[in-house]
Amino acid sequence: MNMPRFWREKQGRYNLVGNRCTNCGTYYFPKRDICPKCHRKSIGKMEEVRFKGTGKVVSWTIVHDAHPDYKDMRPYIMAIIELEEGPRLTGQIVDCSLDEIHTGMRVRDTFRKLSEDGKDGVIFYGYKFRPVKE
Amino acid sequence: MRDVYVIGAGTTRFGELWERSFRDIGIEAGIKAINDSGITGNDIDALYIGNMSAGAFINQEHVGALIADYVGLAGSLHIPATRVEAAGASGALAFKEAYLSISSGMYDIVVVGGAEKMTDIGDEMANYITSMAIDQEWETVFGATYASLQAMMARAHMERYGTTREQLGMVSVINHRHGALNPDAQFQREIKLETVLKSGYVAEPLRVFDMAPLSDGAAALVLASGDVARKYTDRPVKVKAIGQASDTISLHDRREICTMDSTVYAAKRAYDMAGMGPEDIDVAEVYDSSTIAEIMAIEDLGFFPKGEGGKAVEDEKIALGGEIPINTSGGLKARGHPVGATGVAQIVEIVKQLRGDADRRQVKDAKIGLAHAVGGSGATAVVSILEAEI
Ligand SMILES: [Zn+2]
Repeated sequence: MNMPRFWREKQGRYNLVGNRCTNCGTYYFPKRDICPKCHRKSIGKMEEVRFKGTGKVVSWTIVHDAHPDYKDMRPYIMAIIELEEGPRLTGQIVDCSLDEIHTGMRVRDTFRKLSEDGKDGVIFYGYKFRPVKE
Repeated sequence: MRDVYVIGAGTTRFGELWERSFRDIGIEAGIKAINDSGITGNDIDALYIGNMSAGAFINQEHVGALIADYVGLAGSLHIPATRVEAAGASGALAFKEAYLSISSGMYDIVVVGGAEKMTDIGDEMANYITSMAIDQEWETVFGATYASLQAMMARAHMERYGTTREQLGMVSVINHRHGALNPDAQFQREIKLETVLKSGYVAEPLRVFDMAPLSDGAAALVLASGDVARKYTDRPVKVKAIGQASDTISLHDRREICTMDSTVYAAKRAYDMAGMGPEDIDVAEVYDSSTIAEIMAIEDLGFFPKGEGGKAVEDEKIALGGEIPINTSGGLKARGHPVGATGVAQIVEIVKQLRGDADRRQVKDAKIGLAHAVGGSGATAVVSILEAEI
């Protein structure tokens, strides 16, 4: 991915910022201009939200065959995470041993390096998740 | 809406065809289908080409015109050529566009092709390009691969329905068994369950033998309106229905991850259009980009209740001679998966089955067949139903 394309979504990826439809209360990540449930009624009623960053693992995998800029991290855990507020997203789980990871695990976001420097010599940063010790 | 028939079908051999170019394979499939139908170049009104990513795989875009040129339809006849892209559903959607162009009354005879050349670059790069069908902004950038999303579907399916690692493996075993009977398949040898279970991990719990390979290959069909079809063949195959549906581009945004809603909706639309149900289907080609994808497909198409796909595979209900033979061609796993060609190749197999031309892998008395193609992790699904008309 090139720098301008990454940079446009920086706020969401750095700070876990999405929004909420104040008409129906549904949270969205990434941000949406219009609520798919309320359509026109949501215009001008989408409010920016910074998510708490806590959630649980919906499903997960340990990646062995990775794309070029991610090879050095192998094997790494990818997961679908459901945030406490409702939206789901895809992210890596770090600071977690490979036998510890499980469905339903509670996790919290953390700011990390996403990939090695690629073609453009730029390193991308953004959210990953780590286990919440209970 | 006019009736539309398939009057010709052909494919190249699938595999690592290092000595052959994108043009070579496109031409071979096209010529085979045209010869099979008995038409000549002058009869063709239009050409539709399914292709996912020639730009990334071989640095060549504009492949609709390119194929038209090299099949000899552009320079003198100036036949209109259109490329269609929807990742793994590209070929199936090219078929749909061709169908619509005839049923609308605009054209009488149309050629549909699908082609992909994936082995001119390294495996790592090819896998990266394949993953361009998933969400680059919100999946890939975080480290997700195409296989990793399939793996998360597999885990969810195993945890919810009790699908086992062995059941997943049997999908690959059966597809290889079928592929061994198909002279055009990339892999024509049977494998043991142990081979699947001992192959290296791609993304846990999925292993190398759970995933469709990288392939080169092309497939083509000739479609015609009802009155025209009878002039060329006494055994046309009727296109009964085509259903298509979309879902979110990111897997995590879906209603759930172990049902593919796009397949459910595409199937419902196709069954409604055909006035049929899953119980009427004699043979089907489904989209096994991974073993879990096939298990989900046979459930979401209605062949087996949700959650019982794994058991149906274990009981070999989907093998030749079983309740409903699935992927008699070998499927994506054994026939090969040149992405843009796959949707067309699936229909070529169904046409062979319905004409009784499938040789050693012939399903006895097959009258109605179904083809199912998926784009990305399930953001597009296309279901086509065909019927033998004797
Ligand atoms: Zn709303």
